[in-house]
Amino acid sequence: MAIRSEATGSLSDPMTPRIFVVERFRRELHDTFTLELTPGPGMAPIVYRPGQFNMLYAMGVGEAPISISGDPAQTGQLIHTIRSVGAVTEALGRLRSGDALGLRGPYGRPWPVEAAAGNDVLIIAGGIGLAPLRPAIYCLLAERHRYGRVALLYGARSPREILYRRQLERWRARFDIEVEVTVDRAAPEWRGSVGVVTTLLPRVQFDPDHTTVMICGPEVMMRHVARDLIQRGVAEEQIHLSMERNMKCAIGFCGHCQYGPKFICRDGPVFDFHSIGGLFGVREI
Amino acid sequence: MKAERIESILATHPFFEGLAAEHLAVVADCATSVRFAAGEKIFHEGEEAQSFYLIRHGRVAIDTHAPQRGGLTVQTIGEGEILGWSWMTPPYRWRFDARAVDLVRAIALDGRCLREKCEADHDLGYELLKRLTLVIVRRLEATRLQLLDIYGHQV
Repeated sequence: MAIRSEATGSLSDPMTPRIFVVERFRRELHDTFTLELTPGPGMAPIVYRPGQFNMLYAMGVGEAPISISGDPAQTGQLIHTIRSVGAVTEALGRLRSGDALGLRGPYGRPWPVEAAAGNDVLIIAGGIGLAPLRPAIYCLLAERHRYGRVALLYGARSPREILYRRQLERWRARFDIEVEVTVDRAAPEWRGSVGVVTTLLPRVQFDPDHTTVMICGPEVMMRHVARDLIQRGVAEEQIHLSMERNMKCAIGFCGHCQYGPKFICRDGPVFDFHSIGGLFGVREI
Repeated sequence: MKAERIESILATHPFFEGLAAEHLAVVADCATSVRFAAGEKIFHEGEEAQSFYLIRHGRVAIDTHAPQRGGLTVQTIGEGEILGWSWMTPPYRWRFDARAVDLVRAIALDGRCLREKCEADHDLGYELLKRLTLVIVRRLEATRLQLLDIYGHQV
């Protein structure tokens, strides 16, 4: 039986990976790299929405869930930015142009880019969390006239660990998106901001009653950012977070990514704060 | 700069937002307009903390230094924020260096003058203390997040 849904993708067997080929490998940071992938022979390109993820299979090593970080409008080109944190991602980091990998997806609930039309939009990212948000930024900027103020607030550990630095500079050079970057620590030569990403919030203007927020980063960061936004009057339903847990099947069967009553892979990874905020305080999950 | 002008600047700065007009007038007596060029030191660790600053334009780096690590910027403060609270509590000495990252325009409030005004009018003192405490609490929270090194080890 063919399974077709947003959660399961459109494979006849959702556990069978398709072959993709590495078109280009690019080193982003000392522990982070980007793979540009194209479908293998006879494979159709993947259509995805911002915020969705794929399961990438390093041959003979294993699978890891990786957010898609490219432009959804660029069909035929699939971009993943990956941080090396374990055996699978380290194996993916050894791939070079022409190498093959397995891919299942796309999976998961996307960012509410459509629903944000007419609102101010705040994009708040920390560390590698900018990667899953980048497709949403591409979509917002492609139809910039549909949104009010658009601001990107980004926090990184240090100036050397700012992801997509050139792209951030290009976005900042536009006149229709406010880009604020801060780092947790820096030498005096750094001329930008120092402090956690929450310190950027008072610097941007937005209408709390008509603002959609999309946040991705370490969970503790998202918790603090959400709390500050609620204090500024943003409704919990308008604060959207991308959650991360140990995903294995990616289609809500195995339960590895269970988060209270939710499965991150099937019900997320993007949730509004109203639906999961109560779980943040539960230490056992 | 005329006293009335300083008073109106104080009234529009987020730190003094909503402060009673009579208190604003008292605070304005202790205020002067100041400017620092990019790279200029605003104060040094160990010096007497004579003022605190309402930043109107530009960015200030709070610096320290550590043996074998050299200079370190621990925080930057920008427009609409305040710089310094060592003027408020003994021994009235700065604990860090402050440096203008770019051109900084600010209102400097004389710490001794403010302390005297606050002693004379406890309502004003309590109001200022509440506002400063909020700033200190927020910076303490931010510092705790920084200490977690959340991007180094995703938590």
